[in-house]
Amino acid sequence: MPKNIKSITNPKLQLNILTPQEVEKIHSSTLWIIEKVGVRFPSKRALKIWADHGAEIDAEKMVVRAKPELIEKALKSCPPVYPLAARDPAQDLPLDGNHVFVGTDGCGVEVLDIQSGTRRTSCLQDVRDIARIADATEEIGFHWVPVSAQDRPPETRSLHEIQAIWENSTKHVQTESIYTEREARAAVEMAALLVGGKDKLRARPILSLMQCSASPLGHDGGSLDAALVAAEYGLPTGFMTMAANLTTGPATLAGNLAVGNAEVIAGAALIQLAFPGAPVFYAAAQTASDLRTGAYTGGGPEDFLYGAATNVLSDFYHIPLSMGSFATGAKEPNWQAGIENTLSTFMACISMSDMLLGVGLLHGSRIWSFSEMMMDCEIFSTIHKTLQGIVVDDETLALDTIAAVGSGGNFLTQKHTLKHMRDIFLPQFMDRRPYTEWETKKDDARDWALAKARKTLETHQPDPLDEGVRAEMARIIASLEKK
Amino acid sequence: MTEELFQKMAQSILDGDADVAVGLANQAVQAGVDPLDAITKGFVLGVNQVGENFAKGEAFLPELVMAGEAMKAAVAALEPEMQRRGTSRQVFGKVVLATVEGDIHEIGKSLVGTMLGASGFQVYDLGVDVPAAKIIAKVKEVDADLVGLSALLTTTMVKQKEVIDELDKLGLRKKVKVMVGGAPVTRDWVEKIEADGYSEDAIGAVGLAKKLVGVA
Repeated sequence: MPKNIKSITNPKLQLNILTPQEVEKIHSSTLWIIEKVGVRFPSKRALKIWADHGAEIDAEKMVVRAKPELIEKALKSCPPVYPLAARDPAQDLPLDGNHVFVGTDGCGVEVLDIQSGTRRTSCLQDVRDIARIADATEEIGFHWVPVSAQDRPPETRSLHEIQAIWENSTKHVQTESIYTEREARAAVEMAALLVGGKDKLRARPILSLMQCSASPLGHDGGSLDAALVAAEYGLPTGFMTMAANLTTGPATLAGNLAVGNAEVIAGAALIQLAFPGAPVFYAAAQTASDLRTGAYTGGGPEDFLYGAATNVLSDFYHIPLSMGSFATGAKEPNWQAGIENTLSTFMACISMSDMLLGVGLLHGSRIWSFSEMMMDCEIFSTIHKTLQGIVVDDETLALDTIAAVGSGGNFLTQKHTLKHMRDIFLPQFMDRRPYTEWETKKDDARDWALAKARKTLETHQPDPLDEGVRAEMARIIASLEKK
Repeated sequence: MTEELFQKMAQSILDGDADVAVGLANQAVQAGVDPLDAITKGFVLGVNQVGENFAKGEAFLPELVMAGEAMKAAVAALEPEMQRRGTSRQVFGKVVLATVEGDIHEIGKSLVGTMLGASGFQVYDLGVDVPAAKIIAKVKEVDADLVGLSALLTTTMVKQKEVIDELDKLGLRKKVKVMVGGAPVTRDWVEKIEADGYSEDAIGAVGLAKKLVGVA
């Protein structure tokens, strides 16, 4: 296990969500969509790559139609296993299909202030604070940009954000907020400073880039160009579909999976055509739109099913998955948040999604809550423990101990108990106190989670970034800012 | 006979069937029915019924949108006859809609357009990635009452402010109300850029638009 990072590995529990025949059918339907309907690639560079490989281009609409053979051949060069490198190499994350790592969610626009609790516009200091707490929290394996640094200029905001995270944590950074070629090139320069040169990034990809698709069946031009820059230097990149039933996808689950799959694998194929062997990942946060408002829901049975089914698809293509789980639609840390985040994360974990995004945001990934962040971590720990299942052997059957206690009596004084008591899960935020104690204090998980976040922020000292590196990063960013 | 036609018109909207609605509109024109009557005594009753069903929780967003699309198609089919007669449909106001420059996110803005159109506004939807200058030009061209600006990214949201500043500079700010929308838009942002209002969804946008033009 990487240093100070908890991950799910070798789970005993399993779930059958799609049969091999069903996966095959979704795959062939996806290829049909890409060939007959097409996917929009509004980037000159992307369109040229597709054209050079014989795909049919509708230049006016910037829609690409590619034969199944081209897509399947391109996807063959995706590396199935690779690491996400961290500033501290002991915290590198192996994306090998046998680890589930959790990241912070992103990219929120408001924060419930850690001291006052007031809701306000997010800023760079929030990015720093969240990164610092995540650095100390073992359930968190890597970072997304958790909230938008809205006190920094739009043209370099994404770069301030990744620098702020690197300054406060040694764990891997995956950014979802770089969607221009210019910022991607600057980010490559900044990442290179941490590993001793751009040529070292391929072996130690200290940064990865996540791009949102534009459902249905489209991509954003700036995102495509940014992803191509990342791939050029061996930084892992992935396209995330958020195709949603009713609005940006069909009302049916299978159809919505096919739409999302077409976006993601067409994007991955483009990267492979341009840079064969470049590390790519599958990314998805599919959901159902609300029947009444059309709004993003961020939870519900559809999300839970997508959470498990998507890893079956990404496994079919032998590429790691970055899966949207948590990210409740609840307005505050409450009953709804607990249900949505537990079930979405359970379903994504039991199918062994490689990366989960992520902890901390409310209201459909818009409002950051430090309480929610820590409680989401506990949800992951609970699932981590649950997936270990029940071990049945002579030691765990404990027949000698059972015989020693006999009928009546108790097991508290048994050596076997002493040996195994720490196998029992000990929650941080579940209320198991006597009723009278609760009655006096009337506090709960939200208070304890917030207290833990505050204490971590006060006390945790992350391994500092080298001063020269920090200054050079600042120089790169300044050179891009409008005077 | 005409009563029956009006009923069928309302039903075509309830069914969200644009083809049937257009057919009935053409039939009405041929039969010499006043297009304004076709709208107010026929099609609009369907829109109102869907709206009521929705308010009661019995109809869902797709039904509302389909009714809106059918209504739009029916009105378009009646348009030439209205022009010939020198009449026009009374509208609550003229709205210029756009997703701001640098942003390609379309669906929320288009939903708002459909809902406003179905609710009696004249909508000019400029599409996505629209520069401020183009929005302003359209506002002046059609003498708009309202501007609706959508953005999904914190980095493009700033363009909403740019449009407002530009309207201000041209002295149009008092006359033209600005409503904004998109996932990252918050009340703080609305206050900061001095927009006239925002809504978190398309249904709310209709109420807001009516309020801003003083009909609700």
